[in-house]
Amino acid sequence: MQDEPTPVELTKAVADFLRNDIAPLISGQQAFKLRVAVNILDLVTRQLAREEGSDAAEVERLRALLGMDGSVAELNRVLAERIAKGEMDLSTLGLAEHLWATTMDKLAVDQPNYASYKRELGRGG
Amino acid sequence: MIEAELSRSVARWCPGATGVTGAAKLSGGASQETWRFDITHPDGPIGAILRRSPKGYGAAPTRAAGLAAEAQLMQLAYEAGVPSPRVLHVLTPEEDLGTGFIMQRVEGETIARKILRDDEFAAARPRLARQIGGVLAGLHRLPQDKLPELRKRGATQEISEFERDYRSLNWPKPVFELALRWLRDRDPGPSAETTLVHGDFRNGNLVIGADGIRAVLDWELAHLGDPMEDLGWVCVNSWRFGEIDKPVGGFGSREELFAGYEATGRNVDPERVNFWEVMGTLRWGIMCGGMMQRFREGPDHSMERAMIGRRVSETEIDLLRLLAPRGS
Repeated sequence: MQDEPTPVELTKAVADFLRNDIAPLISGQQAFKLRVAVNILDLVTRQLAREEGSDAAEVERLRALLGMDGSVAELNRVLAERIAKGEMDLSTLGLAEHLWATTMDKLAVDQPNYASYKRELGRGG
Repeated sequence: MIEAELSRSVARWCPGATGVTGAAKLSGGASQETWRFDITHPDGPIGAILRRSPKGYGAAPTRAAGLAAEAQLMQLAYEAGVPSPRVLHVLTPEEDLGTGFIMQRVEGETIARKILRDDEFAAARPRLARQIGGVLAGLHRLPQDKLPELRKRGATQEISEFERDYRSLNWPKPVFELALRWLRDRDPGPSAETTLVHGDFRNGNLVIGADGIRAVLDWELAHLGDPMEDLGWVCVNSWRFGEIDKPVGGFGSREELFAGYEATGRNVDPERVNFWEVMGTLRWGIMCGGMMQRFREGPDHSMERAMIGRRVSETEIDLLRLLAPRGS
């Protein structure tokens, strides 16, 4: 077992330092790039905190949907193939719900401020 | 220094010009650059923009119309009264500036978030959706016998092309597969009428002032095809910048867009527009995937490109909202 602090705590510490101490000191192109860098660290922090849980839930849904076992990447590949072949579509029981749940979990990491995401979150789904 | 070459260039074609000042690169990858500069002239400085492929970058990407065609289209649009910068000069090999053209600089704002939020544009905003309809109608009416050589692309070819791009990423996405099936099932086939299509008409490629649209930029994806493509692309959620209930670039409604278009005597096919909106959403998603691939494989290992790769999920949620909306 690795020691602490955790990757989430470390990444967050770096992001906070750049945001609070460095950002006010610079301007122009470098300030823009720093903002992008801080956004990346924030995204990584969210992913580290959420990925394990959301991947586990995704695998569970994919197993039920596809009737087979595998890693999250393998199962996604199979699902993509089955949709491409027309073997599964929006009339397939549970497919729409699965895609919605998976996509919402991605947005929670990638772009929690994206307006479409916030609207759908408000639906309580 | 580019100013020396630009000074020599303007002296050849701009009577009275004595040189240039303030040359600054606005944007540019390896193959295409945009520069702003001012031509020094006895009647006062002339604001100008250079778009060029530097020497050694003659070949345009496969989808691009090419800078010569772009210049010709902008000039044609300008002459027809479609808001467009006036083309001042097309570069010649002797000028040592690469290939491209110089146009008059149109003052105004292109940053979508500012246009959507700043007070300066408050009076223009409610009019923009309808105005966009009128501008697109004018663009689709440009005389075909005067157009440069352009590739022709209808719905069926576009689906195949995007599918090929997507498969080449080797990045299986169930939502994209669903969208590809949806598009194939609803492929409307060739349009009744083939016109010039701008190909990238959206918030971000429009110069806007307090008075409304002043210029349409970035004609590099122009082609011949279904005019409804432009109406669908301008409605893609990615160009609404948070104003998701105003489909037309975050400015207004589809009804206003259609009314502006039809006021000129042209017809709208709302079902085709919807098809192209789905296609456009997928198209932007695949483009984001391409950014991620270029980030990973180089040469542009930039953080910005990496983060655009992470915007694919935005197009996934937008596709789900279009194809499998949840009960409201």
